[in-house]
Amino acid sequence: MDLTLTAEELSFRDTVRGWLRANVPAQWTVSLKDDDSKRAHLEYLRSWQRTLFDGGWAGISWPKEHGGRGVTIIQQSIFQEELALAGAPQQLGVIGEGLVGPTIIAVGKEAQKQKFLKPLLMGEHIWCQGFSEPNAGSDLAALNTKAVLDGDHYVVNGQKIWTSFGHVANWCLLVVRTDPTAPKHKGLTCLLVDMTSPGVAVRPLKMMTGDAEFNEMFFTDVRVPASNVLGQVNEGWGVALTALGNERANLGTALYLMFKRDCDALIVLAATIERNGQPVTKDPLVRQKLAQAHLDLEVFRLNSLRTLSGMNNTHAPGPEGSILKLYWSEMNQRNAQIALEVLGLIGQSWDFDEGRWAFNYLRSRGNTIEAGTSEIQRNIIAQRVLGLPRSY
Amino acid sequence: MEFDLSKPQKLLRETARATLTQNYPLERVRERMASDAIHDESLWQIITDQGWVGLNLDESCGGLGLGLVELAVVAEEMGRACLPCPFLATTWAATLLDQAANSEHASTLQSITAGSLKATVALMDQNSDWDIEHVQTQLKPTPAGWQLTGRKTLVLDAAEVDILLCVVRQGLELAVVLVSTTSSGVHCTETRSLDATHKLFDVSFDAVSLSQKDIVAVGDQAREALEYATRVATLATCAEMLGAMQWIREATLDYAKTRKQFDRTIGSYQAVQHQCADMLLMTESARAATYYAAWALTVNAPDGNKAVAIAKAYCSDAGREVAHRGVQVHGGIGFTWEHDLHLFLKRIKVCEFLFGNATWQREQIAKLIL
Repeated sequence: MDLTLTAEELSFRDTVRGWLRANVPAQWTVSLKDDDSKRAHLEYLRSWQRTLFDGGWAGISWPKEHGGRGVTIIQQSIFQEELALAGAPQQLGVIGEGLVGPTIIAVGKEAQKQKFLKPLLMGEHIWCQGFSEPNAGSDLAALNTKAVLDGDHYVVNGQKIWTSFGHVANWCLLVVRTDPTAPKHKGLTCLLVDMTSPGVAVRPLKMMTGDAEFNEMFFTDVRVPASNVLGQVNEGWGVALTALGNERANLGTALYLMFKRDCDALIVLAATIERNGQPVTKDPLVRQKLAQAHLDLEVFRLNSLRTLSGMNNTHAPGPEGSILKLYWSEMNQRNAQIALEVLGLIGQSWDFDEGRWAFNYLRSRGNTIEAGTSEIQRNIIAQRVLGLPRSY
Repeated sequence: MEFDLSKPQKLLRETARATLTQNYPLERVRERMASDAIHDESLWQIITDQGWVGLNLDESCGGLGLGLVELAVVAEEMGRACLPCPFLATTWAATLLDQAANSEHASTLQSITAGSLKATVALMDQNSDWDIEHVQTQLKPTPAGWQLTGRKTLVLDAAEVDILLCVVRQGLELAVVLVSTTSSGVHCTETRSLDATHKLFDVSFDAVSLSQKDIVAVGDQAREALEYATRVATLATCAEMLGAMQWIREATLDYAKTRKQFDRTIGSYQAVQHQCADMLLMTESARAATYYAAWALTVNAPDGNKAVAIAKAYCSDAGREVAHRGVQVHGGIGFTWEHDLHLFLKRIKVCEFLFGNATWQREQIAKLIL
């Protein structure tokens, strides 16, 4: 057991740090309230992706022959950490880089690799993922969007929901039902769909936070070339699982840093709040809560480090990812609540601290639902880690 | 970066597990619990033959010169075996003696690591907690040297050991003095603990005569030695709890896989599966926190002290929770004296409060971050 970085890892970190120092643009400060500034923001993010690509920092975990750097998972984590520490812009291409690209590399045809991988890394193709449907959430294989072969095209009809980046994406990894007569896991196919095709409609889905982070997507007689089938026809379930395996392998590094910023900010804020003639940070009950938030977050960091180190040895995302997902999602809900309790009634106001704590509280309610509910994660742990029988 | 144990550390774990399961199955733990003397010289012999007492101390004083990760490995296996022995107490005392670095006591330390002497630390006054600054028991000067009168409470394994390292005041200064448990004026009275494998005692000192050389350390040196040694003992307690959690988690899973109700194994029901999944999450999180703290303290990381407080706070809450859920999944059989679960539940319960429970530890964390 030795948690210090190796000389190679340290030198990698220095290289990343040096490049980021020279290339991270000044922070975006314009309000995103109107459409023009939203469009401009999108261009800003797209140009950042291009900067990453030109510097050789796009898709760094991908194999070199596909345009990546073939770095280790620990180096990937270092990169994530440095991006956050440098205040780099959000990465528009996370779905493409983390989920679609690796799946194309794993099961795609040569022509698909040629066509899609480079534009993905350059930020020309922004990808979204068309998996969930109104009646297929946790039970994803129950999805019902249909694709029927018509000549050399598939004709797609149906609805998808909870699509991150759906409003900005120009490509979509879509799971459709191609054989309605087969058992539910056996009749699915993955398609690579051009979102500018006629018949594709995207509608932002407003959440309880008031933001529209996700979308609904409607497909009406959308024609997709048969050459855009990813993997084999009717074997889309396996392809989807490959993609989801990459999603669950989310390293936790960026998440940790995001939560840490909140936790540290809460501590700084609490020290400025007076109640009953003294700073609330002198109140023993508040001290208990702040210490609990800090320690919970630290245990998440250590769980992440341990998972990372394990993945570095096995080179594969395992079901342990479910333990991490379960931990952070429930922790973030606990800590969002702690923030409100420490701050008192004012804390939930949209007019306090730019609504930061109101937003965090509401947003955290989605954490135990998105990317597999806590119940599904516990099922996965029970079956795949503990070897208990399938229960649903 | 490697979070997993190294090959030698894994070998140590295998050796410890094999040694303890062969020599000390739970039936023997129960035999000792039923007898007056909980500790067993033959067991202490096995432990000291392995070099585990003082394993974290330098070879010059009879230790193995290993780090605290190795100490955690051994303590975890002791928790998993629910071992009745004064290992925790003696590790605490030996580390304190070592830190005090008083040449007068080098041979005592040698005897402890060699297994011929056992020791503990007498810290808490009647109305104090784990904060060493609360100690008020006074050492009084006499023409011949010093005299100790007072009472220490909840002293771990006091009647089972040969030496007490007693925390006192010399004037306003904190001091540590070495008192033999057989000295005239020393009386140990058992305070019956929930956990029969970790015995607690009230120790009264009635005009116990001490000489200058019995003073192990004074002032800042005493404070620093005591703080470090207590941190090491706290860490070993976390590891013990982790071992007990691991035993409960595995036993519960085995039971869920075999116990049938409504014609199916209970482990096929989601309500039970989710309990088992939570027990795994808590045990593995306790593991990450404990081993990180062991490593951080060993390499003198800037957050080493905080890491120990975090590990103890987390293990104290999670250990209790795992024990409770283990009983719940077992149902009626888990509530019986016959089943071994309660041995571990009780061990965890006492460890929860030893060296400060989660609430106490959170205040220590608050002092560091607020």
